[in-house]
Amino acid sequence: MNVDSIQNGIVIDHITAGQGMRLYELLGLDGLDVSVALIKNVVSKKMGRKDIIKIDADIPVNVDIIGFVDPGATVNFIKNGELVDKKAIEMPEILTNVLKCKNPRCISSCEQELSQIFRLTDREHKVYRCIYCETKWS
Amino acid sequence: MRHVIDILDLSTEEIGGLLATAQDIIARPEAYSELCRGKKLATLFFEPSTRTRLSFEAAMYELGGNVLSVTGAATSSASKGESVADTAKVVSCYADIIAMRHPKEGAALVAANNASIPVINAGDGGHCHPTQTLADLLTILREKGRLGDLTVGLCGDLKFGRTVHSLINALSRYENVKFVLISPEELKLPSYVKDSVLKPRGIAYTQTSDLEGALPDLDLLYMTRVQKERFFNEEDYLRLKDSYILTPEKMRLARPDMCVLHPLPRVNEISVAIDNDPRACYFKQVLNGKYMRMALILMLLREAGKLPSAKKPAVRPLETV
Repeated sequence: MNVDSIQNGIVIDHITAGQGMRLYELLGLDGLDVSVALIKNVVSKKMGRKDIIKIDADIPVNVDIIGFVDPGATVNFIKNGELVDKKAIEMPEILTNVLKCKNPRCISSCEQELSQIFRLTDREHKVYRCIYCETKWS
Repeated sequence: MRHVIDILDLSTEEIGGLLATAQDIIARPEAYSELCRGKKLATLFFEPSTRTRLSFEAAMYELGGNVLSVTGAATSSASKGESVADTAKVVSCYADIIAMRHPKEGAALVAANNASIPVINAGDGGHCHPTQTLADLLTILREKGRLGDLTVGLCGDLKFGRTVHSLINALSRYENVKFVLISPEELKLPSYVKDSVLKPRGIAYTQTSDLEGALPDLDLLYMTRVQKERFFNEEDYLRLKDSYILTPEKMRLARPDMCVLHPLPRVNEISVAIDNDPRACYFKQVLNGKYMRMALILMLLREAGKLPSAKKPAVRPLETV
């Protein structure tokens, strides 16, 4: 299967197989009016199988979302058909307006203007907690 | 701006300083009676409270200061839909320090993020209640002479009991403290407290539903009320509310020097027949709470530059470990 190279845009590579669609949705890529390719289960020497997302436009992407969903992914920035930057993504310490607290007793559940902020409290087990009520995101 | 939202906002050194100040206030109240003259404490209580609000207000009056008070969401602009953030900004224009209670967890943090004066969390839903913990610590120190080397029984609603969570956080920082967690299955201590406090610090704890079996080993028994306001379902509340009732018969199983603490108000979880037992310390806790709130108000107003710096308390703190 062939997907054209992109000239100016972003390639999110080394996505754990099966996480591509989740990332696609969380990044809001379905709302874009540019060419976006989600390629699933690509054969990879390093990973066995992986997903790849190609976005054919120089748009900002929320790398915190990528770090939250799949901290092993890499983001490649392409300009004029050349790779100009490559970032390994780590789990972010703070996630703002990515997750929503499910605790009905939390202040963020009744004050809609408040940002939904989660803090990484356990990197090993990937535990994020609401900064207001400390409820674990699950 | 310095705020106290969680007991962990205070280091053990700072807590030691507050304990020392509180003991100095007890020894020399007249030396503190004018320190806050011209300063105003705003007590914003959006949830019913008697003792905590009165304790804060009494604390400020005994420091020579004044109090602005909001009691109940129904009589405040919150009833018009004002956000906690806006309330904090507005009250910052009138007062020098805020003590806030709110039914929603995290409300005090939101207030602190938006106020330009110090905010003290006087209870945010089932989350934190740091000044109750300060009252507990002074009571333990005065009654037991130490904050370490203790076997502490926590009994009742360990799930929603914010005072329990704060006390565990605070005592876990002292040497050789063991916890016995006594509750019905439905009201067990949340896993996040165990995962984030007890397990990482290697604190010994056991869980049981058997109060009588646990009593003989305890230096301290911290009773809590099953809180009706924390239940969405009245049926669950009615089923669990009488899980534990401390009676004179059960007290016979306890050590002669065990202390019984309770954040109050109690409903029926401690029989009134125990009130005259010398081991009953819950009314002493109330008084100690006022002294610790005085010490905390002073500390925060000084750090905010609203009062001159402190002289060292004349009374040395008791050994805390």
